[in-house]
Formats: sequence, structure tokens, C-alpha cells
Amino acid sequence: MTDLLEKRDTDAAPALSTPVASPPRKKRRLAPSVTFAGIFVAVLLVAVIVPQLFTSVDPFKTVPTDGLKAPSAEHWFGTDRLGRDIFARVIHGARYSILIGLSATAIAVIAGSIFGLVAGLSGRLIPGRLGLLVDETFGRLFDVISSFPGVLLAMVVVTFAGPGVQNIAVAIGIASIPMYGRVVRSQTLLVTRADFVTHAAVYGRSRARVVVEHVLPNVLVAIPVLAAIDVGASILAVSGLSFLGLGPQAPIPEWGVMLAESRDVLRIAWWGGFFPGLFITASVIALTVLGRALQRHIDGRNV
Amino acid sequence: MAIALRVTANRPKTGVLPWRRILARLASGVIVLWAAVTIAFFTLQAIPGDIADILAGEQTYPGLKEAITAEWGLDESVWQQYLAFLGRLVTGDLGTSYVQRQPVADLLAAQVWSTVELAVVAGVVGAVLAVVLAVVSIGRTRVVRSAISTLELVFTSVPTFWVGILLLMVFSFQWRLFPVAGANGWQSLVLPVITLALPTAGFLAQVIRESMERTLTEPFIVTVRARGVSESLVLLRHALGHALLPVMTLVGGIIGALLGGAVITETVFGRPGIGTITLNAVTGKDIPVVIAVVLFAALIYVVVSTVLDILYTIVDPRLRAQR
Repeated sequence: MTDLLEKRDTDAAPALSTPVASPPRKKRRLAPSVTFAGIFVAVLLVAVIVPQLFTSVDPFKTVPTDGLKAPSAEHWFGTDRLGRDIFARVIHGARYSILIGLSATAIAVIAGSIFGLVAGLSGRLIPGRLGLLVDETFGRLFDVISSFPGVLLAMVVVTFAGPGVQNIAVAIGIASIPMYGRVVRSQTLLVTRADFVTHAAVYGRSRARVVVEHVLPNVLVAIPVLAAIDVGASILAVSGLSFLGLGPQAPIPEWGVMLAESRDVLRIAWWGGFFPGLFITASVIALTVLGRALQRHIDGRNV
Repeated sequence: MAIALRVTANRPKTGVLPWRRILARLASGVIVLWAAVTIAFFTLQAIPGDIADILAGEQTYPGLKEAITAEWGLDESVWQQYLAFLGRLVTGDLGTSYVQRQPVADLLAAQVWSTVELAVVAGVVGAVLAVVLAVVSIGRTRVVRSAISTLELVFTSVPTFWVGILLLMVFSFQWRLFPVAGANGWQSLVLPVITLALPTAGFLAQVIRESMERTLTEPFIVTVRARGVSESLVLLRHALGHALLPVMTLVGGIIGALLGGAVITETVFGRPGIGTITLNAVTGKDIPVVIAVVLFAALIYVVVSTVLDILYTIVDPRLRAQR
């Protein structure tokens, strides 16, 4: 019985608190899936920055006589109802889909870190009940946010703010705030209890300096891995809301918007919906593979 | 105080249902619900544009806006409106839709079962598929394992609406096996259920396998094997049973994801349901409906997580001893 209890305790506490002598590091070759994912993401990023490298066709140019052409040597991914080149639209769409996903993650990371830090620090720095109250309030706020399905929460935000590129990024970002907030809060509590923080305080460093120089860097190390794994989910959520018509609006070649546009002509033109969806899927898979590789790398270094 | 606590802890018969814990959970659940509707109420009050304009719709004639403002109580202060809103909520009145001009409760009640049916069936299918994937991949060669984990990665990465569209193209347009849209009979449920079940299955399978692998290293598995129990029975009865316990804590989130996914799935397949109602309410700024959906989602989350938490302490005796 007792050892079962102990087992559970070690499960609950993250491995961070138990430093283990690090085994000799093996030089590991990158798995082919990671290399492949890395190349794909790199290509995507190039498409985000200079889409003209891949295609010289204007993604907005309509050629009514070329409507709904099947994929061919001239139009690799075919054309849509208005005769726009789908390959050009997919390439130019990367800018919207990827950048909105990245901004949503960035918003969640920044807001979550600030909330988590304030919650964690106020519990320690503000004496008496007030500090605990602040901490508790943030905890409840995270509970309320995470009690909603992300899509619904984003829809409520869009009801308030209206559809659009920035609003959709904020809407998706808000849904991920609790994840970062909780991790940063618990990490803050952990770090502020560590000996080196006490030592710094004993040496007469001011509180602000201890926080900025010692607490902050050690708290924020946890963020990159979380963010790397979350970016894919953000892109997925963004494309979903765009598909519902709550994101960027019609002529913009965002992938979710393209899929929504292709629905009416699905029966006769499969390519209009196939390629944008393929790119969403491939991007999310590639980013997830990279995120997990980063996680393994960092875990291997810490343990 | 300490003595009194110890006395209650020593009486094993009272321990089956953890009442204090239930009450605490219920209280925090009510707080979450209240906070959710309150935040939603004040956010949507601050909506740009005049609510009377939304209500008036296309029509304009002198005095119309004033009449609407008076009729819907929009001329009162925000706090008065908030208190009136809370008062109505407590009596079970969800208000009247701005667009449909019907009680919101009736609107939701008419559509909720379609969504519940979809989400429940998809959840069950997803869970079964996840268990199959996890059990099949455990203890196999690297090739089988990496093939299955790739499959799971694809399931979790693929956008719901794309899966729906691909299924429609193949099964409805090409082979004409299933209807394109609507909600009549089981045929119209097949494609939406598959669409919604795949991400759930992919996510759950990863969690279940990880949990099973951890369970398989526990000493009691050695004991079970030493008794000569066959390997498949070890996996299915002992490892799987234990591994599913930690998965229970995720069920609240999974139900939320199913509900969110149902919004998109219903749109793709043109099914009536909560998702369609929400989408229409969001685009039409039909605030009472949006708030009711918020309340509905939060209520489901609170009820499910409370019930699971209690179940968890009943099923896992280790937690009961700790209390």
C-alpha cells in the first residue's frame, strides 16, 4: 500500500525536481522523419516570406475561361471556379495559414507567461491573503477558459470582435492561454523555492533583480517545447474557423477559406478541396514531428 | 480538529462516496458556470454596434429602434440588465433569440439531440478504435509500431473538415453509398461519425499506449505473468484496465473536443445541431443564443469533470486512502 502511494507521488511530481546524474550523451543521428519534416517546414517558411520564388502566377487573377480545369502541366493543382491557379493560391495561402497560427501561439505564450508569472510570484511575494487571492483568481480564470472547447471559445470571441485575420489569431490564442499559464505558474513556484534563488536574495540582490536575472530565465525554458508542439494545433484551429467563414474573408487564399469555397463544386472538381487540405495536414504533421523531436532532445538533456 | 478528522478517516463505511469532495467540486463548478456566463455577458454587451440595430435587422422606420430598445429592456443600465439576466437564468429562462424570436431554450432543445447523438457515437467509435490501435501496437516489431504511430499522427493532424470532404467525395459522390447531407437514419450518421471519431482515436491511442507501457513495467504484471496467465489476457484484462484509469481524467477535455469538432462536422455535412445554431448565432450576433451555448458547453464540462472526479476516487482505492 505504502509503496503504491509513493509511486503515485512520483508520478505526480515532474522529473524536474529529481536531478539524476546525466548519462554520457550519445551522438544521435536525426531520424529521417525529422529531417523530412524540417525540410518541409523550411520550404513553407520560404513560401511565407517570398511566395514568388515558387510561382509567378498571381493568386488573385481570375481567368473566367479557365474555370475548373483539372490539374495539368500548366496548372499543377488545377484551377478553381473563377479560373484562379490553385497551386499559386496554396503557395500564397501559406502566408495566412502559417502566420495566423504562429501569431495565435505567440499571443498565448506571451499572455500565458505573464499571467502564470504574476500568479506564481504574487503567491510568494505579496504577503498574506492577498497574494493567495491573486494566485487563486488566475487559477479560476484558467479553469473557466479551459472549460470551453477551443472552437466555441474562439466563436464567442469572433461574435464580439467580428471575423478577420487579427481577431482569429487572438481568438485561437486565448484558448491556449491556460496551458502556458499553468506551466509557467508551477515552474515559477518550483524555481522560487530553489536554493540559488535564496542565495541570490541572501547576497543582497533586490527582488526585481532576482526575478529578472534568476527566476525568469529558469521559468521560460519550459516554453519553447510547449509552443513547438502547440503551433500545429493552432494552425489546425485557424483553418477550421476560416472554413466556417469566421477568419480571413473570401478572396484571400487562406487554406481553410479555399476548402470552404471548393465545397460547392466538389462533385465535379475534387482538386479544389484536396490540395489545400493536403497542405494543412502536411504542415501540422511536420510541425508536430519537429516539436516532438525538440521535446525528446531537451528531455534527454535534462534527465 | 485533527482528532475529529482522524476519527472520520477511521470509519471506513462513510468512505465510499466522498461527500466533502463532491460538495467542494459542486461549489467550484457553480463558480465556473457563473464566471463563464458573466464574462460572456459583459464581453457581448460591449459588442461594437447597437444591439437594437441587430434586432431591427433590415427594417428601418422612425421610432423602430426606440420601440425595440424599450421592448427588450436595452435602455436600462448594464448592471440592471445583468441582474435581470441572472434572475431569469436561475429560473431556467435562457431568454429569447434576437434573430429567431423564439425562446432560446426551445431552439436548443429542438437541436441538441442531433449533436449529442453524433458526439456520443463518435466518442464511442473513437475510443474503441483507440484501444484497438494501442493494444495491436504494443509489443510488436518496430515497423508495426511506427506504422501505427504514424497513422495516429495523421489522425490527429488532419483537419476535420478535410476528412469530411474527402469522405463525401468518395462515398457520397463517387460510390453513392451514403447521403450527402441531412440527418435521416443511420446512413446519414456514418460519415460524420467517422470524421469526428478519427482525431479522438488518434489522440486517445497515444495516451492509452503510453499508459499501458507504464503499467506493463509494474510489479503486479510480473505476478500475473508468473501465475501463467496468457499474454493476451495480461494485456487485455490487467494492463488495459489499469491503463484506462489515468485516461479517465482526460474525458472532460475529449468531450469538449467532440463538441467543438461537431460544430465543424455539422457544417460539412449540413446536419442540424448545436454547431449549426452556434454558427448562425455567431454570424448573426444573436447574443442570447451565444450565451446559452456558452452555458451549455461549460455545464457539460463541469458535470463531466465532477462525475469523473468522483468516479475516479471510487474506482481507485489509492486515492480514497489518501483523502
